[in-house]
Amino acid sequence: MNADLTNLLYLVTIVTFVLALRFLSSPKRARQGNLLGAAGMLLAIAVTLAQDGLENFSWIAVAMAIGAVVGVVGARSVKMTAMPQMVALFNGVGGGAVALIALAEFHNLAREAGGLAGEESVSILLSALIGSISFSGSLVAFAKLQELLSGRPIVYPRQQYVNGAILLVALTLGIAIIAGAEGDALVVGLILAAAVFGVLFVLPIGGADMPVVISLLNAFTGLAASAAGFLLHNNVLIVAGALVGASGTLLTLLMGRAMNRSIANVLFGAFGSVQASSGGAAAEMDGRTVRSTSPEDLAIMLSYARRVVFVPGYGLAVAQAQHDVRALAELLEAKGVGVLYGIHPVAGRMPGHMNVLLAEANVPYDQLKEMDEINPELAQTDVVVILGANDVVNPAARTDPSSPIYGMPIIEADRSANVVVVKRSLSPGFAGIDNPLFYDPKTSMLFADAKQALESVALAVKKL
Amino acid sequence: MDSLLVFELTILVLSIFLGIEVISKVPTMLHTPLMSGTNAIHGIVLVGAILVAGRGGGDTLTRVVGFCAVVLATANVVGGFVVTDRMLEMFKIREPRKPDS
Repeated sequence: MNADLTNLLYLVTIVTFVLALRFLSSPKRARQGNLLGAAGMLLAIAVTLAQDGLENFSWIAVAMAIGAVVGVVGARSVKMTAMPQMVALFNGVGGGAVALIALAEFHNLAREAGGLAGEESVSILLSALIGSISFSGSLVAFAKLQELLSGRPIVYPRQQYVNGAILLVALTLGIAIIAGAEGDALVVGLILAAAVFGVLFVLPIGGADMPVVISLLNAFTGLAASAAGFLLHNNVLIVAGALVGASGTLLTLLMGRAMNRSIANVLFGAFGSVQASSGGAAAEMDGRTVRSTSPEDLAIMLSYARRVVFVPGYGLAVAQAQHDVRALAELLEAKGVGVLYGIHPVAGRMPGHMNVLLAEANVPYDQLKEMDEINPELAQTDVVVILGANDVVNPAARTDPSSPIYGMPIIEADRSANVVVVKRSLSPGFAGIDNPLFYDPKTSMLFADAKQALESVALAVKKL
Repeated sequence: MDSLLVFELTILVLSIFLGIEVISKVPTMLHTPLMSGTNAIHGIVLVGAILVAGRGGGDTLTRVVGFCAVVLATANVVGGFVVTDRMLEMFKIREPRKPDS
């Protein structure tokens, strides 16, 4: 197949990718868009396999078969609640593939007479570096989300200096490559140093900040793919990588804004490692009491309300209670209660996590309200039920300038007539900050696992 | 700097702008499928992995490394699209309820 025809067909693939993203602007056509993107991908793979001079088909076929089985089994068997870690994992393997491509290309080109051209060595540096960071960083994010590692930030003294030194090692090796030094050990060393950096880079980032990290690593893999495109002079890699890079960067900034924190603070702040930094506020809490309630009382309160707003958080995902909340909501709607859901942009462990969970439970998506939409409604709401969320409803973000989350936009649950918090205990959220909402006189606490609590409330509503 | 590099840089920069335009129209509700969908799209590195693994005259090291790259990239592509499809399947089209205030 000649180069012009190849590039024309790659252009078709590029168009399908852009349309796939375009169709994501509404839930109606999003699924078709994804299938279109997959078709475009298939075309690109077929075109690539039809290149002149390609050898080794049996190896490639075996490798693709292994990868496809792993991909399908992994993607099919994963529970919806485990989506964030699955996305992290698939992101990581993409980054790893780029790093390996860089290694193989370097090995190939360096053997040839004339060796590497200048821009090729720069591309090798970038794809090896970014790809490898993305690979190991994503694996750590996966381990944190899967709770193989503690979700809390892991810190040690002089962390930033150690990380900086390792990155410097990687860059030095890269510069040696650009300067014309040859030898596979250079690239292998670069990839290993970058991998160590990726691990150390994600370790100190807390679980609540995972939406930012996952978006950022997604952007990294995209940029690594672009760099590989420069290395192989392949347009489809450059464009697809740039699209992903733009998307990941945009989401990263969006998540940072939703938490009112700079990206640097998220990445290097080891947020949540210090327990309740505002000592004064915590001491003040000690004098206060919480009011607890029973499923039966809650059932009565909800049944006679005009409007109920559920605010889900990561606890809902952990308890896998998304179907139970929908079941309860339907019982209430049958009694004429208006039900809405207030979704904070950073609730959960990845951007839009709660929307996917509730969609899985068949919650109509017009009932899902974003923070800015739901906040003006809350003053006219009878009951807000908080399900496994904490920091995103913490009024300290509005009132306590000494709080670490001061200034973060929150769902203003405290404006409603009654607040019910379903939570296993009084322990603080991932940010490690006490929540004055729990001590508010109009708040009652239902200490239970979200799933059990919702089941018993639903039972009590049926008996009324 | 040769003209090919300039051409490729042009493509890169324009693609980034295109990406920002398209992505900024995606509603918050679909951000998880967006992440997962872009995740599948960067699986396009499979094209690069195949080219490297199948390069004529490659030695054993190239082939082994290329083989691993193809495995990883295929897992990325297949897993990415399947997960995204599973997510989007849940955003089924329903009759819109009464328009609220």
